Amino acid sequence: MNFDFSFVAIQFLYGLTNAMFIFLIASGLSIIFGVLGVLNFAHGSLYMLGAYTTYQCVSFFVDSPGYFWWAVIVASVTVALLGGIIERLLLRRLYQHEQINQLLFTYALVLILSDVARFIWGVDQLSVSRPAVLKGAVEIFGQYFPKYNIFIIFLGPSIAFLFWFFMLRTRSGRMIRAAALDRETLGSLGVNVDRLFTVVFVIGSWLAALGGALVSPVVTIRPGMDVEIIINAFIVVVIGGLGSFWGTFLAALMVGTVYSMGILVFPRLSMIFIYVIMVLVLIIRPWGLLGRPLQR
Amino acid sequence: MSRQNWVLIAVLVLLALVPLTGSRYYVFLLTDVLIFGLFAVSLNLLLGYTGLVSFGQAAYFGIGAYAYALLIKKAGLTFGVAFALTGLSGAAAALIIGFFCVRLTKIYFAMLTLAFSQIVWAIIFKWNSLTGGDTGIYGIDFPEFIGSKTKFYYFTLIVVVVSVFLLRRIVNSPFGRILTTIRDNPERTESIGINVKLFQLLAFIVSGFFSAISGGLFAIFNHSIFPDFCYWPISAEVLIMTLLGGMYSFFGPMVGAGVLLYLRLEVTSYTQYWPFILGSILVLLLFFFPGGIVGFFQDQIKKWRPSK
Repeated sequence: MNFDFSFVAIQFLYGLTNAMFIFLIASGLSIIFGVLGVLNFAHGSLYMLGAYTTYQCVSFFVDSPGYFWWAVIVASVTVALLGGIIERLLLRRLYQHEQINQLLFTYALVLILSDVARFIWGVDQLSVSRPAVLKGAVEIFGQYFPKYNIFIIFLGPSIAFLFWFFMLRTRSGRMIRAAALDRETLGSLGVNVDRLFTVVFVIGSWLAALGGALVSPVVTIRPGMDVEIIINAFIVVVIGGLGSFWGTFLAALMVGTVYSMGILVFPRLSMIFIYVIMVLVLIIRPWGLLGRPLQR
Repeated sequence: MSRQNWVLIAVLVLLALVPLTGSRYYVFLLTDVLIFGLFAVSLNLLLGYTGLVSFGQAAYFGIGAYAYALLIKKAGLTFGVAFALTGLSGAAAALIIGFFCVRLTKIYFAMLTLAFSQIVWAIIFKWNSLTGGDTGIYGIDFPEFIGSKTKFYYFTLIVVVVSVFLLRRIVNSPFGRILTTIRDNPERTESIGINVKLFQLLAFIVSGFFSAISGGLFAIFNHSIFPDFCYWPISAEVLIMTLLGGMYSFFGPMVGAGVLLYLRLEVTSYTQYWPFILGSILVLLLFFFPGGIVGFFQDQIKKWRPSK
């Protein structure tokens, strides 16, 4: 094996791109768990629907300028609204149930949504081409690296920062954080907690769908991408700490880079590495690297 | 003898008579149901009786299947020895994994069982030289003395009946009573001087043992095994069976396995959209029959006969 520096560096950058995608998806999963206390298996399905809907929108808008960006916005918002409808009509009725029932409900959604996608888009692999502005590659350390990936590497931290600002500095963000800590008290202070829950679920769904929309130019869109991503997102959320925002960011970076670097060193074991990290974290610090112990 | 025991004996006699009808369809279906029924009942020892949500039970099912196949094909052991070791392999894995898992509670327990089962899956998936990796292991024949589908059905029936009998003795024993006490209130159980973690671990081991037995049976039934046996959707499926039948009744999971597998066999012959149907059934179940099928009928009986 040839380990020259430029090759490792490029591999690291690919890992970083993946980390940003995982972060987008896992942050939505994390905020939904943090506030609603629901571990949402269907999060991967929303991601998959985001990718499929982007494909659909791209084929609608293909003649207009900047069509990719419009497709990303329309697709992610549509899927986010679908998430809101699911929360309002169905999930809401299960908050009083045991956690296992909520878990199985979201698993039922995985089954239903995967078949809905199969019914609409079939089983063929679909793809979306990169937007015109970001076609091509730049030279880094003598290797070519796609412009689109560079865009993602910068977009990830920007969204993280905006999100952090929203949670820390705005009134809605404060209320969401308060709901995560003590929803009864917040309700008794006159805040409409029901509506807040819907808003949080919509935001979480939007992050998943945005991940799916933005990933569509770099992967093939196909059935099964929902189940693949959800385990990775779970791992990231568990390692970072359920409900911890920066923990999710840190863990996404870890998982993304460990995976891409691990493939270089031990191609067979890189997947196992990540599971082992998750197990170690759960044993030593069950609440995650940056989370705090929860009384659930 | 209680009424329930008479019903059980009647069901058992009916099951023993099924092959006489000569229907290969029912022999096939019922073998499948018995195997997964045992798997679901063994899971329910944790879920319904101890209050532990294991989301990684597929690990022990898969370990049982692989242990049996490897012991027969690679180690060349005789059937009896291999089959006995199958259960022990599941118990041993459950001892190691459970040792860590019982330290956590609720959602963290579920996540850790899931994480360990994914490790088991990843190891089996990647260890090509031993497990055949993605292609799995083929050509697992019936042992000589159970050389036909009917004979294997009877063999499965005996193994499952004995296992279920043992599990029923366990849940009705003082040990089983301690498990339900732990389910209802772990803190109080701890405070009356019971080592909660130890009992949870023992339940985990027993459950792993019988899950592995069902995995071993399934390896013979299916003639081939794949890493997917350990993949998390199998864990979800057996949870669905348990809830569908009813987790607060001993035979509920068995009923759930029967209904689910029958529906799957029927539905998949009409449409490829079985997951959609299964998801819809699950939603209906959660919203309208939270006690599962058996729980629903028990409630109806209580309604009609208020003074029992």
